[in-house]
Amino acid sequence: MNVILNGQSETIKALTLSELCKTFQDDPMTIATAVNGNFVSVGERDALKLKEGDRIEILSPRQGG
Amino acid sequence: MTIETPDKQQSSRFQLYDTNLHSRLILGSALYPSPDSLSGAVKASGAEIVTISLRRETAGRSAAKDFWQHIQKLGVKLLPNTAGCRTAKEAITTAQMARELFGTSWVKLEVIANDDTLQPDLFGLVEATKELSEQGFQVFPYTTEDLGAAEKLLTAGAEVLMPWGAPIGTGRGLMNPYALKTMRSYFPDTALIVDAGIGAPSHAAQAMEMGYDAILLNTAVAKAGDPVAMARAFKLAVEAGHLAFQALMIEERDMASPSTPVAGTPFFDLEKLD
Repeated sequence: MNVILNGQSETIKALTLSELCKTFQDDPMTIATAVNGNFVSVGERDALKLKEGDRIEILSPRQGG
Repeated sequence: MTIETPDKQQSSRFQLYDTNLHSRLILGSALYPSPDSLSGAVKASGAEIVTISLRRETAGRSAAKDFWQHIQKLGVKLLPNTAGCRTAKEAITTAQMARELFGTSWVKLEVIANDDTLQPDLFGLVEATKELSEQGFQVFPYTTEDLGAAEKLLTAGAEVLMPWGAPIGTGRGLMNPYALKTMRSYFPDTALIVDAGIGAPSHAAQAMEMGYDAILLNTAVAKAGDPVAMARAFKLAVEAGHLAFQALMIEERDMASPSTPVAGTPFFDLEKLD
């Protein structure tokens, strides 16, 4: 399906947010996620089924001021 | 000269929300030439709090993981920011993500109104502060010296306010010292931190002399020729400014007043005064 992943149009095979996260990091605790502007906790990722056109943010720790 | 006593050292401790702190310098973690220079600067600054952020992850990259492991080794308290957020909704979601990832309810709340000045959107800031406070966050709002907005932020749940010194990254120091003094006087019991725009240690000392509780800065140290040495310079300036505030500085005068006693001045003839 086609989604907007971190601001880019992407075609993905993952059906859930949890599956998608595994393509980024083995450790799910090192990333944070939001779908369509709403925070999705680690515990909710398995049950969150992705849909066509979803806007997904997958973030990780970075330097900041 | 009064030597600092244990009592005075004790009184230099302060509290942000429920956390007791000694260092009044909060350091950002961005823009350093290397991870080692970041570590060295944090140590030299004596900072107990370091700011961090969240950014988009790239599949297969380990840079974020390396940074996260590096920052954890510093043993400091983390203050995640919502840098780059332009609406209250974006900032709230980013704060929720940061709380899960970093395991802290602290958030340096930034809602930006303008790309050139990076001035806070005070309306969005109040809205986000209220919502996040209700969700149990301890909010550090990046704001201006506007007293009306400051009152609304406190009513919304903030217990700490962080007015800017100057626009982020400009290094121009305290652009409006009158307003910052007014803010300090108006909120004598609120924790106030000057955040952003500090360029030189003297800027930090100036804010501390006004009675500000702490200084938050990043660029002035990270982009210095020697970040570690500059971090120590800021540590000393913040301490000096705070000690000067505690020691009560003299009032300014318009006219000169001799420091050497006039009585007994040689060659002084009262008749010359006529």
